[in-house]
Amino acid sequence: MNFESELKKGNFIIAECMHCQKIIWPPSEFCNQCFNEVSWRKGSHEGKIIEFSKQNNDYFCLVEIENTIKIMGKLSAGVPNTGQYVKIEKCGIKDENYYFEMSVI
Amino acid sequence: MPKVGIASYGITKFSKDDSKIESVLLKSTKNLFDNSPNLSRNDIDAVLISTNNNSKYLSAILSEMSGIEPKIAHSIESLCNSGTNAIVSAYSYIASGLADVVLVSGAERYDSPGQILEWDNSRGEFKHPIFWASIFTKAYKREFSITDEELAIVPVKNHKQAQNNPNALSEKTYSLEDVINSKKLTDDLRLLDCSRPCTGGASILLASENTCKKFTDVPIWITGIGQKTTSAGFTKNMSFSSMESTHVAASTAFEMSKRNVKDIDVAEVHDAFSVCEPMALESLGFTDKGKGMTMIKELYTTNNLKINPRGGLIGSGHPLGATGIAQTIEITQQLQSCANKRQIENAKIGLIHNMSAAATSSTVLVLER
Repeated sequence: MNFESELKKGNFIIAECMHCQKIIWPPSEFCNQCFNEVSWRKGSHEGKIIEFSKQNNDYFCLVEIENTIKIMGKLSAGVPNTGQYVKIEKCGIKDENYYFEMSVI
Repeated sequence: MPKVGIASYGITKFSKDDSKIESVLLKSTKNLFDNSPNLSRNDIDAVLISTNNNSKYLSAILSEMSGIEPKIAHSIESLCNSGTNAIVSAYSYIASGLADVVLVSGAERYDSPGQILEWDNSRGEFKHPIFWASIFTKAYKREFSITDEELAIVPVKNHKQAQNNPNALSEKTYSLEDVINSKKLTDDLRLLDCSRPCTGGASILLASENTCKKFTDVPIWITGIGQKTTSAGFTKNMSFSSMESTHVAASTAFEMSKRNVKDIDVAEVHDAFSVCEPMALESLGFTDKGKGMTMIKELYTTNNLKINPRGGLIGSGHPLGATGIAQTIEITQQLQSCANKRQIENAKIGLIHNMSAAATSSTVLVLER
């Protein structure tokens, strides 16, 4: 499995080191602590808003997933608040950039 | 450790000129030679280039164009703190004895590729620096109950101070209303909150203790160096309202120089965006957490130029690879008492804070007369 080829298909997967019991983010083939090869699994699509702002009519949020992974994404539905839970509705790669579209739960 | 000093410098005006990177490098190097009548090309052991420009082999090119045949020649890139990284490398070459005299030349064009860190995919589609700056600003305002109007003092102060800097990009002053009414980039950031990419060059000559005196009667010594890189990705920051890498780098620099923040008479801090100035002052230890704007307001109302006398990045413009070197030149001029209208009276000890990519990396230098 490969993070980007899965993301291209709209799947959000997570790299985990079984040896260190640790999520590796940003995704990598090897653990940044022990350099063992990582295992891949489906990632949670739920996260918590750490911070947010707004450009024109679009909110963009810094979201924490599984208490470890922090990503920036667009909020496609709802009004954000810090601590608010959101769900990844859509993700993928567009113009060589990752994108995450989220909605308030 | 042997002493390493600043023996000379040269700089260009910061502008929106469409100049070739090689030409920008050459201009500030020529200015450095103009300022150093006792410097001969044979004195220079190493030529280090600081830039984010993707051109190849720039150190050899600048050397050839300047008639220098150095032993050591290479480029150094670390996004926005490339300049002070190159100075630290020059320091290390001299302190180790591998070189006696090092020319460091930094340059950037207004369209520098260094503004976007493509690698950082955790930022999703929000890779432009205005997005991390918006998150920092929102987090800072939230945590310390600071308003946009209060933060607007930073660009008002720094554009005003830049009017006494003949090399600054900014050519006018702005009111608080001008800042608030400037183009809204996001809910938390306006155009005048931003330092602007520009074309500019800055060069500095470092030398060992004895050799320094050959080139200047007033050498300025680098007595403290601190550097810290906490990550490459913006979202890996543990705090979005303070700068961890800056805090660590400052502690290291103060420890090396056996000085503390109270000893600092003048400082250039990395105000890439308005919010960065109070955050940097707090993380460097100039004031308590959340009190940066109180300090800045006090400086502004008393016309005290202690912080960013040349106008910082917001007033001077931000040619990435040249910025850290230009900051260091400003503090050198201050300590040599030749900063003209920007002069802080009796400045003896100064500090430079130069950072990269949403404060994931910081360099802090302490300079002394």
